Amino acid sequence: MSETITEAPGTATDTAAPVLQMSMQQALNRALDEILADDPKTVIFGEDCGRLGGVFRITDGLQAKHGEERVFDTPLAESGILGMSVGLAMAGFHPIPEVQFDGFAYPAINQIICQIARMNYRSRGTLPMPITLRVPSFGGIRAPEHHGESLEALFAHVPGLKVVSPSNPHDAYHLLKYAATRPDPVIFMEPKSRYWQKGPVDVTSATPGTEASDGGSPTGARVVREGRHLTLVAWGAMVARCLQVAELAAEDGIDVEVLDLRWLKPIDAEALATSVGKTRRAVVVHEAPLTSGLGAEVAQLITQRCFDTLKAPVERVTGFDVPYPSGDLEDEYIPNIDRILFGIQRVLEYRRG
Amino acid sequence: MTTKHLLAAVDEDAAPLTHEQLRELYALMASVRHLDTAAVAWQRQGIIPGYAPQLGQEAAQVGSGYAVDRTMDFVFPTYREMGVARAMGVDMVGYMSTHKATWHGGMYNPLESRFAPIQAVVAGSVLHAVGWAHGQTLSGKPDGERGVAMTYFGDGASSQGDVHEAMNFAAVMKAPVVFFIQNNGWAISVPTERQVAGGSVAARAAGYGIPSLQVDGNDVVAVFEATRSAFAHCRAGHGPVVIEAMTYRRGPHSTADDPGRYRTLDEERLGAGEDPLERFRQRLLADGVADAAFFAEAQRRAEEEEEAIRSGIEALGPRPGAEMFSLVFQEPTPTLQSQATAWRKESEHV
Ligand SMILES: Cc1ncc(C[n+]2csc(CCOP(=O)(O)OP(=O)(O)O)c2C)c(N)n1
Repeated sequence: MSETITEAPGTATDTAAPVLQMSMQQALNRALDEILADDPKTVIFGEDCGRLGGVFRITDGLQAKHGEERVFDTPLAESGILGMSVGLAMAGFHPIPEVQFDGFAYPAINQIICQIARMNYRSRGTLPMPITLRVPSFGGIRAPEHHGESLEALFAHVPGLKVVSPSNPHDAYHLLKYAATRPDPVIFMEPKSRYWQKGPVDVTSATPGTEASDGGSPTGARVVREGRHLTLVAWGAMVARCLQVAELAAEDGIDVEVLDLRWLKPIDAEALATSVGKTRRAVVVHEAPLTSGLGAEVAQLITQRCFDTLKAPVERVTGFDVPYPSGDLEDEYIPNIDRILFGIQRVLEYRRG
Repeated sequence: MTTKHLLAAVDEDAAPLTHEQLRELYALMASVRHLDTAAVAWQRQGIIPGYAPQLGQEAAQVGSGYAVDRTMDFVFPTYREMGVARAMGVDMVGYMSTHKATWHGGMYNPLESRFAPIQAVVAGSVLHAVGWAHGQTLSGKPDGERGVAMTYFGDGASSQGDVHEAMNFAAVMKAPVVFFIQNNGWAISVPTERQVAGGSVAARAAGYGIPSLQVDGNDVVAVFEATRSAFAHCRAGHGPVVIEAMTYRRGPHSTADDPGRYRTLDEERLGAGEDPLERFRQRLLADGVADAAFFAEAQRRAEEEEEAIRSGIEALGPRPGAEMFSLVFQEPTPTLQSQATAWRKESEHV
């Protein structure tokens, strides 16, 4: 399936602002460069992120520019990388560690859950953990096993962690800059299948959340397409796919609203209520397996706030409860256009009793 | 394995301990012994729900903790470092509050005390010490002002992969870390020989090119001197050091443990060797450093201190429930705030 980028209305049209065309990789790289320049306490480290610039080149050139003390390679050990982040944070640094691929966060789960997520609490607020863990996330690049996992529900379930996932270069730039200046640990899930897609980036907005379409909150969701008949809720790479679906549905006279959740913890429940309160139908789309996924959380938040006005139960279109399959089966696993359209059909055709 | 010569070079000028310091070490050990014994009694009396005793480890803990410079160093303990905390001057009511089940990490301020929160995950903080120590390297502070991290763990914890990662990281980065292993012979019911391959934990250091020392953990002066040398080595920019203090956990692993299921009293007596406190007392007497009046006074002060700590923790009371919500994040999420509001409404009826 070909990927065409459909951008949010409003992001590319403001001619007064310096809007640059760049890929998400470039946007993230620029954000990290500026974070390093703005905050001398920031340190970036992980496997191959120094001289090589990361296997996805997100840290490209940063070591040459900011020095080997600020951007460095570690031995190949994820628990080591995350455990070291805790000590650096305790010493007053702002670590931005990288786990090379999502599946390699598993060896570090003990440090993430038992240490990073709890140290502020354990120390009664005296040892904050201003750590932004960058995780190239989700599938869609036909990678080997463990190179395409969707860990958002796991992370979001852990008290003490915040989770965010951008869907386009503009948000990637601003959300990373915002996350990296927060005093709490943020898991920053980068949709790796979107790294090379270009889009407009307005580098002058102060923070994400200053535009009308995203409710004015830096942890807010964003309406990326307005519509009347139903809301598609998505994040990461699924946002672009939902926008494609919305275009196709429009040909049949179905007017789809697309809500990019962006923050997976905290979830912007108000934005869900506003959008679904208007459209009265919702489908949640995510790559992660169905059972106990974040779609269930989103559906509950919608049900609680919009029960009286809902015209159909909230539907989910997701990956399956199977280990992430290899490349040849990836297109079967990740929600595709047809499956999302079927989901839309289910909520539109729902009849009570 | 002893590679002491590697450290001696940076520690040639270290003065021997003064009589005053030797007496201070004894007084610290006496108060740790008394508080530790009392804490077990408090548990039996229902004052605290549980405790991890360190009977027999006083020399290892006090000797090492005494070497810490609290103006610049930082210590990463586990759950059994009461003696280190006391030697470093940590607020002991705050320390004991974790055993009172008041707050997991303890109620002292880790930043001010230079003693990280109490940690239940074995080997959990070994990597934190490496990160903190590397932060000293990165800090741009001038020579002599950079701190050293000391991380404590047991022979059991040394089986955790994180210890390997930490030693490797520290050696690659030349991080100023002292890995202080208290080998007390047991990890709950499993003896060191069923726990540690390769002869000793100290022996592993060679694989990372880290100098290591095995020290008599029942000799407070030997422990202090080894730790002081290790700190000097780290401070001089030579990278990490591994110290394995050979000691013996005389009592149960915790107040919930029944050591009779895995060792006999005879084995315990044989394994324990000389009592570190009694041994030090004999030495001070023989050297004319202290007399009976001094020991009596040290004991009296230890008892006074223990009473103050007991009444301190008895007076503690439970923490306000709102803290459960307010201390999760620096910037609480809306969901958490609404959970806190709902909790308040449903449980405090305000
Ligand atoms: C990661 C982890 N696994 C298991 C436990 C349960 N546990 C608590 S103490 C202990 C033994 C630890 O032995 P050692 O490291 O030698 O320290 P000691 O208790 O003897 O001081 C075990 C298995 C734990 N706390 N953490």
